[in-house]
Amino acid sequence: MALTDKDIKKLSHLAKINISSDDELIVLKKLDGIMKLIDTMQKIDTTDVQPMSHALDIYQTLRDDVVTESNQKEKFLQLGPESNEDYFIVPRVVE
Amino acid sequence: MTWDIVIGIETHVQLTTKTKIFSGASTEFGLPANENACLVSLAYPGTLPVLNKEAVMKAIKFGLAVDAQIAEYSVFARKNYFYPDLPKGYQISQFELPVVNHGYLEINNEGVNKKIRILRAHLEEDAGKSVHGIMDNKTGIDLNRAGTPLLEIVTEPDMSSAKEAIAYAKKLHNLVQWIGICDGNMQEGSFRCDVNVSVKPSGSDKLGTRREIKNLNSFRYMEQAINYEVNWQIEQIEDGHDIIQSTVLFNPDSGETKAMRSKEEANDYRYFPDPDLLPLKISQRDIDLIRSSLGELPEECFKKLTVDYKLNEADASIIVSDKKTYKFYQSLVASGLDAKITANWIVGNLFAKLNDHELSIDDCPIAQEQFILLIKRIMDQTISNNAGKKIFDLLWEDPNQNVDTLIDTLGLKQVSDLSAILPMIDEIIQNNPEMVEQFKSGKDKAFNALVGQVMKISKGKANPGQVSELLKEKLTKS
Repeated sequence: MALTDKDIKKLSHLAKINISSDDELIVLKKLDGIMKLIDTMQKIDTTDVQPMSHALDIYQTLRDDVVTESNQKEKFLQLGPESNEDYFIVPRVVE
Repeated sequence: MTWDIVIGIETHVQLTTKTKIFSGASTEFGLPANENACLVSLAYPGTLPVLNKEAVMKAIKFGLAVDAQIAEYSVFARKNYFYPDLPKGYQISQFELPVVNHGYLEINNEGVNKKIRILRAHLEEDAGKSVHGIMDNKTGIDLNRAGTPLLEIVTEPDMSSAKEAIAYAKKLHNLVQWIGICDGNMQEGSFRCDVNVSVKPSGSDKLGTRREIKNLNSFRYMEQAINYEVNWQIEQIEDGHDIIQSTVLFNPDSGETKAMRSKEEANDYRYFPDPDLLPLKISQRDIDLIRSSLGELPEECFKKLTVDYKLNEADASIIVSDKKTYKFYQSLVASGLDAKITANWIVGNLFAKLNDHELSIDDCPIAQEQFILLIKRIMDQTISNNAGKKIFDLLWEDPNQNVDTLIDTLGLKQVSDLSAILPMIDEIIQNNPEMVEQFKSGKDKAFNALVGQVMKISKGKANPGQVSELLKEKLTKS
């Protein structure tokens, strides 16, 4: 499957990454290379192979339901680009 | 043309854990903004999610309660979308391999039982909250709720009316509280429903295009929203328009549903397994352990009440509407009280009073032993049911009083002595010849009036059942 510049526009929109028109062709070529690699892998017969969802063949360890974090609101709010005494402040997201 | 309505429901149930699903930050509700924010919910680089065992146990508990399969192996996935109250840029959820599969819940709608199939239930994290209007042209972000564990429960499209949908939602709401996995607080958002609605020509095999009504957190709104949506869709089709698959919001003020702007729903979530989380394995030992702690489910309790105790379905469903009420009822019956009289007293008197004062059964001021004694005195005919109500009111006002003392001081002891009652009956018959005539010509009202008169001169102490019996005997004989 060959990618088109339309795909690149859609992906950059979904990923919220601006790609200049100069870079578009470069990104297209790189991603197309990756897609070709995937196409090659798709040709391998995996009928009898159990799908893996993780590179490691082990299971996760669970955590006990015990509070370990303390209130560090003041410190956290200072780290945001903008905040008032209670909230992180971002540009308005509804009209 | 007639139409079939097809409804499926997705419910977000907030699990009652002390900490968030992937971090040790508290989930306490109602704190000032961002006091429960933590490095994981803020998505700081280098942090990693660690799954909360309690959330998994509660998901399994739900699965067992709806007779579902618990996945031995399940996987967490990233659902990618951008919104400021989701700092990571993705929600951790489950996609291909959820923890619970293929269960069912049996609902009763207007006397008809129906199985609603549950397709799946998966674990996921909640997002934070966006707060608008605190500053001009700005939005505030509160991450207290970010990372709260949710179980999303998805049905098959098995409901075919707003009433069935409500019956399902109520049943589910009752169940998740009963098994102790959710506090059920709808105002605080602990139980929210998304309802998928479509219509198709009656009997057609082909499903219509659905629209999804988002975030309903009241049963009343749910019913209004579904009814509006169904009528709207039928009108559209009959007018020759196609239904476009979309997400809609219900506006309680106008009673209407309205599609969200297409920009907001142009989602392409690009799910993929989260490399930060290893697959989840659930052992048979854990499943067995949880199964043994599950206890009686509301369904079984309802059957016990209607079959063994012969309560009517309305009373039984009120008693099993919450586990505390059921336990309270059971402990009263276990102390030797009559099952039906006790049910009448709980549903008719106690609940009326609790509702008037907006209290729950935990807050009932009357001590259980006094409540038991009160019902005992009615059962052994020491007092009439009406006198019982009087005492109940007094106990409510002053819980330190004692039932037997109140009976004595108020002189409420019922007179069941024939030699005392018979002269009163004779007196009333003699003094009310007109009423007696009316009764004989077939007017039942006159009879009730005569019983009332006897009760009046006995100052309410005569046993009304006995008076009625004796009076009838006298009147029909003479």
